Order: sequence, then C-alpha cells, then structure tokens
Amino acid sequence: MNNTIDPTPTDWNSPEMQKRIAKRYASEKRFKLMGLSAVIMSTAFLIFLLITMLGNGFSGFQQTNAKLEIDFPSMTGGASAQSISGDGADAAIRSMDIAGIVAIAVDNQYGDLAKDMDQTLFSSGADRRVAAMLKADPSLVEQKVVLELPADAAIDTAYKGDGLKKAEELTQILDEKGLLTTEFNLSFLTGSDASDPAEAGIWGAFKGSLMTMVITILLAFPVGVLSALYLEEYAPKNRWTDLIEVSINNLAAVPSIIFGLLGLVVFLSWFNMPRSSALVGGLTLALMTMPIIVIAGRNAVKSVPPSIREAALGVGASPVQVVFHHVLPLALPGILTGTIIGMARALGETAPLLLIGMRAFVPAAPSGFSEPSTVLPVQIYLWSDEVSRAFVEKTSAAIIILLLFLMTMNAVAIYLRNRFETRW
Amino acid sequence: MTTNELLFLVFAFGLIAWFVGRARAASFINADTPIINSLPNYHGWFSCLWAIIPPIIFLIIWSNISPALVTDMVLANPEAASITADTFSRSAILSEARAVANGSNQALFQEGSEKLVPLYAEAQSYYNSIALVATILLIFAGGAFAYTRLKPNFRARSKVEKIVMLGLLLASLIAVLTTVGIVASLIFEAYRFVTLVSPIEFLFGTNWNPRDDIVAGEDNGYGAIPLFWGTIFIGAIIAMIVAIPFGLMSAIFLTQYSSPRFRSIMKPVLEILAGVPTVVYGYFAALTVAPAVRDFAVMVGFSNAASDNAMAAGIVMGIMIIPLVASMADDSIAAVPGAMRDGSLAMGATKSETIKKILLPAALPGVVGGILLAVSRAIGETMIVVMAAGYAANLTANPFASITTVTVQIVALLTGDQDFGSPHTLAAFALGLVLFIVTLLLNLVALRVVKKYREAYE
Amino acid sequence: MVEQKSGSNTIENSDSTHKITARNVNVFYDAKQAINDVSIDVDMENVTAFIGPSGCGKSTFLRTINRMNDTIPSARVEGDIRLDGQNIYDPAMDVVQLRARVGMVFQKPNPFPKSIYDNVAYGPKIHGLAANKGELDIIVERSLQRAGLWGEVKDRLSDSGTALSGGQQQRLCIARAIAVDPEVILMDEPCSALDPIATAKIEELIHELRGKYAIIIVTHNMQQAARVSQRTAFFHLGTLVEFGETSNIFTNPQETRTQDYITGRYG
Repeated sequence: MNNTIDPTPTDWNSPEMQKRIAKRYASEKRFKLMGLSAVIMSTAFLIFLLITMLGNGFSGFQQTNAKLEIDFPSMTGGASAQSISGDGADAAIRSMDIAGIVAIAVDNQYGDLAKDMDQTLFSSGADRRVAAMLKADPSLVEQKVVLELPADAAIDTAYKGDGLKKAEELTQILDEKGLLTTEFNLSFLTGSDASDPAEAGIWGAFKGSLMTMVITILLAFPVGVLSALYLEEYAPKNRWTDLIEVSINNLAAVPSIIFGLLGLVVFLSWFNMPRSSALVGGLTLALMTMPIIVIAGRNAVKSVPPSIREAALGVGASPVQVVFHHVLPLALPGILTGTIIGMARALGETAPLLLIGMRAFVPAAPSGFSEPSTVLPVQIYLWSDEVSRAFVEKTSAAIIILLLFLMTMNAVAIYLRNRFETRW
Repeated sequence: MTTNELLFLVFAFGLIAWFVGRARAASFINADTPIINSLPNYHGWFSCLWAIIPPIIFLIIWSNISPALVTDMVLANPEAASITADTFSRSAILSEARAVANGSNQALFQEGSEKLVPLYAEAQSYYNSIALVATILLIFAGGAFAYTRLKPNFRARSKVEKIVMLGLLLASLIAVLTTVGIVASLIFEAYRFVTLVSPIEFLFGTNWNPRDDIVAGEDNGYGAIPLFWGTIFIGAIIAMIVAIPFGLMSAIFLTQYSSPRFRSIMKPVLEILAGVPTVVYGYFAALTVAPAVRDFAVMVGFSNAASDNAMAAGIVMGIMIIPLVASMADDSIAAVPGAMRDGSLAMGATKSETIKKILLPAALPGVVGGILLAVSRAIGETMIVVMAAGYAANLTANPFASITTVTVQIVALLTGDQDFGSPHTLAAFALGLVLFIVTLLLNLVALRVVKKYREAYE
Repeated sequence: MVEQKSGSNTIENSDSTHKITARNVNVFYDAKQAINDVSIDVDMENVTAFIGPSGCGKSTFLRTINRMNDTIPSARVEGDIRLDGQNIYDPAMDVVQLRARVGMVFQKPNPFPKSIYDNVAYGPKIHGLAANKGELDIIVERSLQRAGLWGEVKDRLSDSGTALSGGQQQRLCIARAIAVDPEVILMDEPCSALDPIATAKIEELIHELRGKYAIIIVTHNMQQAARVSQRTAFFHLGTLVEFGETSNIFTNPQETRTQDYITGRYG
C-alpha cells in the first residue's frame, strides 16, 4: 500500500470552504426555484387559457333581445286563435307571412332609427321566434303584444361591450329606452351552424361528434381489446408478431393528419364512401384510436399476475377460458381507462376530419351516419375563421362545451385508474 | 333487401342456431351420459358460428361485386346503350340513376338518367333476390352441417376456441393493414405526383407557389424547402425552446423536490394540459398570443411583424408539448436506480448537484428519446399552425415573420374545389409521405434509444 | 477499554475522545419504531461491526450517522448523535459537510455511469478539494491506490466505472468515498453482493484503511465481523443487545440472545 502521499486534512471551517458551501446552497436554492417556477408557469398558462375562454365564452351563452311591438289583429286582418291551433297549426302559421309582419312592425317602431344608423335591428331568427311564440300561445294573434326577439349580432356584441362604434351608439339609444333585455341563449344549445352568429348553435356539431364517436368506439374498442389480448396472451414470438407490434407502436405516434390522408384516399376515393359523413369520420378516428386502446389494454393485461392464470389453468380451464373468464375481467378497468383517454383524444381531434370533408357548412343536425355532418372541434375551427366579432364568443362558448366534455371524460379515466389501481 | 337487412337476417338466424345447438347438446345429457365433452353453450356457439360466418363472408364479397353486376345488366339493355359515350357524364348519369333507384336521392339533374331509373330498380331487385336466396341457403347449409356434427363426445369447445383465436389474430392484423394502407395510399398518390412534378424540384426547390398548369422542365412552384424549414423552425426549434426547459424542470421539481401532496395535485394539472384539444390551443394562439407577440415585436423594433407569426404558433405548440416532455423526463429520471442518487448524496453532494451531475447524465438517453418523440409530435401537429401560423412560404429565420409548415400546406392544398388528380391534391400526399417518413424515423430512433436505456438499468 | 454492557441503557459520562457518540437514538418510520433507544460509541482507527439478524435495524442505524435517512420522507430520528462532540442533527449542522466527513459504501456497488476517473473525482470536484487538474489527478491516484485498485485500472481510467467487475466496482466505490478525505467510513454490508475472492480483498482493504479512519461495517456474516472488527455491536429487533470487544462478544457473550445468534440458533 502506497501511503507516502498524505493529504492535508480538509479544513471544513475555513472561510473559503464556508463561502464555497454557501455558494453551493445558493445554487441549490436557485435550481429548486427554477423547478418550482416551471411548474407554476405551466399551470398559470392553463389557468390563463381557461380564463380567456371562460371570459370570452360566457357571453356566448347569453342572447340580447330587443322589444318589438306587434299589433297582430290589425296586421293579420283579424286572424283568430282558433285558426292557428289544432292540427293545421304549422301550416296556418307558415301561411301567415310572419316575416312580412315583423318587417312592418320593425319599420313602424324603429324605422327612422334603423335608417339613421344603417343597422339591422333584429336577427334573421326573429321571424322563427315569433312563429314559435304563436304556436305556443295562439291567443297572441288576437292581441297587440310586445315581444322580446333576438337582436342582430352587431347589437348583441355591442350590448355585451365589445361592438363596433356605430352599433354601440344605437345600442345605447335602445338601452336608454329600456328596450334591450338579456336571456339565456337556448338556441345556442339547440341550433346548428348558421351564417348569422345570432342563430348559430352547436347542437348539429355536437350530434355529429356523438355519431362519429359511436362509430369510433364500436370499431376501435373490440378490435383494440382483441388485439391486446392476442398480443399479450397468445401471440407466438416470431417476426409476424414483431411486425404487428411495430405497426401498433408506430400508429400510436403517426401524426393525426396522416390518418386524414388515409381516410381521404381509402374511404373516399377507393371505397366511395359518403364524403363529410360521420361514418367516414368515425372510421378514420377508429384507426387512430385503436392503437391507443391496444397499448393501454396490453399494459392492463400485463399487470394481471401470472398466478391467476396458473390457478385457472390448474383447475382445467382452456387458454381461451382463462383469458375471457379471468384475465379480461381483471384487466377491464385498465382497458376502460385507456379507452376513455383514447376517445377523449378522438373527440378533440380536428385535422384528419378536415381532410375528409367534415368542414362543410352543415346548417342542420345530421340525421344519419352517411349524412354530411360536422363535429365540435371542426365547428370551433370554422367559427374561429369567421370575421364577424360575434363569432368570437360563439367559438369560445363551443370550446367551453368541448372542454367540459373532455375534462369529464379525463376525470372519469383518472378516477377509474385510482379506484382500480393494482390491488395485488 | 339491402345488405343491412340481410345482415340482420343472418344474425337472427344465428341466434336461432345458437338455441337449437344448445338444446340439442343439452338433450345428450341423461342418466347414461352424465357428462358430455363440451358444455352445451359451446355447442350453441359452434352452431351459431357455422350459421353466420359463411353468409357474412358471402355478403362481404357480394356487396363488392353486385354494383358492377347491376350496372352490367343495366348497360346490357338497349335503352342504356343510347346514353352518351363521354365517360365522365356517362358515369354521372349512371350514378344518379342508381341513387334515385335506391331512394337516397329524389331529384334528377342529368339528362337521360330518368329512363335508367326503372332499369336500375329492376336489375337491383333481380340481384337482391339472388342475394337473399343465397344467404338463406348458406345459413341453412352451415347450420345443418353444424347440427349433424353435434354429438356427446364432440369437441365443440376446441372448435369454437379455434375460431376465437382466429378472430383475435384478425383483429391484431388490422393494425398492420392500417399501416399498409397508410404507406400504400401515400406512396401511390405521391408517385402520381412525381410523374407530374420533378422530385428534385419538390425536395430541393425553394419556391413554393403551387401552379395547376404543370410545365415540364420549368419551375412550377412546388419547391418544398420553405415548408420543411418552417416546420423545423416552429416545431423543432421555437416549440422545443419552450417545451424542453419547462417540461424538464417541471419533471425534476415534481419528482425530486415537491411534497407528495403537491405532486399529486400538479400531475393531473399537467395531464389536463395534455388533454386540451389542439384546436383550442390553436384558437388561443390566434386570438390571444399572436396579437400580443406582434405588438411585442413591433415594440422592440420589428415593424414588419406579421400577425400570423411563427413565434406565437411555436410558443403555444411548445406549451402543448410541455406535458409530453415532462412525463418522458419523469419516466427517465425514475428509471435511474435509487442507488446512484444515494451514492451521490452520501458523498455530500447537494440535491441539485446530484440531479445535474448524476441523475440527468444517467437519464440523458431517455430524455433525448423523449425529446425526439416530442419533436415528432410537434412537426406533425396541425391545428395550432393552421390557425396561428401563416400560409405564405417564407424562407426566413425571423420568428416574427409569417412562416408556413408542411401540415398547414396539406390542409390548404386539400381544401377548396380541387379535382382529386390535380397536382395540388397530389402534392399534399407527397408532403404527407415526407411527414410520415420523418416522424416514423424519429419515433423509431426515439423508441430504440429509450429501450436501450431502460435495458441498461434492468 | 472494556465497555462490556448489556441491554441498551444509556452510557453515562461519555467522554469526548470518541469520534462518534450516539445516545438514546430512536428511529421511526411513520408510527413504526425501527430503532429503540440505542447508545453507542465509535472510535478512530477502529473497525466497529454491527451484526444481527436481517431487519434488526443495523442498517437503519448506520444511515442515521450520515443522515441518509433524511432522504426517506417518513423517517424520523430522535436522540443525540455527535461527531467530534457536535450534534449532527443540530439545525446548524450542514448535511453536505457531514456527509463529506462521514463517507458511505453501499450494499450493492453503485458506481456512477461515468468513467473510473470521474467516479473518483466526483467528490473532490463538488467539494472543491482540488485547485487544479494536477491536484485532482493526485487525489484520484491516491484514492485508487488506497483502495487497492490503482494497479488494475491505471491504464483505463477513462473506461466506464460500470464496466468493472463487482469486486472492483465496490473498491471503486470505496476509492470514491475516501477521495473526499472523510473521517468516518460507513459500510453497509459491502461484501454481500460479492464472491469470496472479492470479499477477501475488501476485507484486506478494510484492514489497511483502519489506520486512518473510523470504520463502521454492517454485516450479517459473523465470521466477517470477527475477522475485520475490533468491536462488535449486536442488534436485535431494533435494540442494541450487546456491544463490546469483538473477541469478548464472540467468545464470552453476556446475553443469551447474543449467544443464541452467534451459535446459529436463529438468524
């Protein structure tokens, strides 16, 4: 042993050493602070995003109404409540030329004002609102009434405090006369896309999303679960299995827009499936979601301990029975968690659906899987492109709805994961 | 009868076959043979599968060939021979007549299609009855065959299980089919593109201004270098400058410093950040971040800053990627054996020294793999750039300029009234192929790096 | 110096000549008590062995001496442990400095995934013990020599430390620990993952290092304790059963539990 070179013992209390240690602790503190601020800033961004959307979107759920006085008896020539109730009510109301009546009433009450300001006062949905009111209460037709009807988008935005100068002035005049009111915008939840922002609603897109998701889950879930079971329980170790595994792992990381290209060529061009339909959208998203379910499913199946398989095999169950009677039920919570996360991703997906034509203007809720339809995220994208300022709040309101659904799905997934996390 | 109705019929009979097979097997059980080889349920499934699988296979094939048969029959009629010889309008007339005959369309627009409607209806009902008869025959043939096989010692279970295994295999082959479908469709369309536009121009040209009238040997504006640059600039540079420090530091703080309580709150928050759809990020980038960045740029002297600047898209994309980087870094750091950390701490290293000098270097391959995955995710990301970045192809490193990306151009090229065979459309597929190959390579490398790294510590 | 004692009663009148004096130490993991009222003295130029059946708390106690238990959030230490008369759980005590003075070698060799040179240089670098590369080279060489590894690795100092054999890795870890010039070296079953030949080398090394440090070695191997240590402490179920000269413990144990253990009746 060579002990000739003896070190001088370190003097930990020397001023240099103390200074050095203080410096090291300062750097430690800085580093920790950097970490904390990274976390806080990431969170702050999320909060900022949510607040921006809530702030912009909240008013999207409100609708500004303006009062309109309509003297039905004089304008309809004395139509009776009887004539617009009962079986033929719809036809009778339709034959009344309500658009004309409203136009005259507007002219009577606001004519000069509207002309001065060169600004439409009522949304094009006002006529329909009047018709709906008459249907609900036919006796109105025998009276001179003051109805609250949806105001034009420009006035709506101005009343909410973000309008153009001209509309602001008009709004101020109307407001001073007490002619403007605000109500919950039910038509936003029940309506479909429209070029008039006051009429635009999300029901059509929402239904399209639901239908697309139905197709997606019907295809992706069984295929994903069966693939996961095959790969984890039965697949022999050979090149074919490797090929399947590599395919699945890569599909999970392929950019979503590539699936759009696939859908465009395979489903639309080669198979001639209906363009813009929930069917093609669902198929495309199913191919995208399936690998996520397979990967989550494999992890869930893997976490079922071998002892359970051995116990089942020990009492004489066949390999298929072992899997379907024992492994699958135990792995199901994990698989469901993965499925929900995959579905949440599919629900928020936009790009592939743009490519298969789901960006069309669809003014009515789709009635079938092969009808042209749109989905919530695409609707958000379409509205975000609109120039009218009134669409800003609509876009944000639609985002709130979409986020609500996604967060609910994610919360359920997180709950499932925590609730059923490995008990062995 | 439509295919759907036939399918319904098949399943109805399948249910009947299940009950019959099950009842038959149950009848085997008596005092003499108290135990049969397989449970009655398996006999039921055996019968059911035999009753439904052959007709379903038939229907799948039939639904592909019957339209051609119907059209042939219509065209064989002298009345159809009179319609125009122009292929395009001819097929339009035929498809319209078919749609009306199916009832999926009401109105007729094409001249000459109205007289084909009854022909179509006739041909379809003819072939439909053939399909119906064939389906029912197949159901009964299969069901009867299965029924004769049922015996007390018949191994119904192993037969059924073989079919189940086949089903499992087929399900997992769908992933392979999808991959093949992606590769085939991209290569097919991209090949059509390079027959029109020189691949040299596409891959190395710097002028992106796609023209529809292709002139061979000239610059047709399909030089994709500006797009590649824009994609890298936004996705791999600006976004990563945001995502890597924030993601990495968040992961370090949450794994090494934070209390378990804080960690249990913050991890779901990061997960929520990862769950926000990209269209929301895109809208946020366009509505809030982009104007702010432009104002900032103008303030510091970039008077020509665009409102659809690369910076805003890149920053928001980086924020979107933070959770991905954080979770990959988290996994990598967690995979470093605790003994390393203890060893360093026992030497008198502070926590940050241990992290910087031991944990991070040891976790580096995993972190790098995670960053590669993040880059792959960023360059394939579409909505943020579509909504916040520009459409103009600029070859510039000015982050406040409007820069376009591959994904933006794919969307731009495929929207609008484009003929499917036009160079515009095909260019989108060529871009898609490049994007696919690049992301595929990034993923393969990343997964390999991460795997190697995990093995090193196992 | 005969301090043969039984039970875990407090040692009164501890004089400050001991390197480490521990008094009435209790360690809890949450509510569970892992160490119960342990008092012990450790001297320089001495090897002290902690023996006892697995789970008896000997490793836990060892880790309180350089406060490695701090890294376990649920662990809580009560009592008084002094290094040169200074309470190491005093808030004024600097953990970084403490751990530099009290080095540790772990059960499983844990070289950093760095070169052999960087492994040894790591401690001196972070503590700023070398003013320049030349000094660092000297420290590295000296530490490797002391650890008896220099001859084997001097031509491949830039190879990865993880590429060495298990026994070499453990000696590298010892070199790494002595590179910061500690006063005390804690060894937590340093040979349990090694083969007999490597174990013999480490034991020989412990023997040589004894002259300069206070060494505490945790071992479940009684022959090893008998071979390398001067004093032995027998732990059982979190209490210190018996502590004294190794020769006495093995030839003339005072407690029946100690006798039962060393004669192999349980363990």
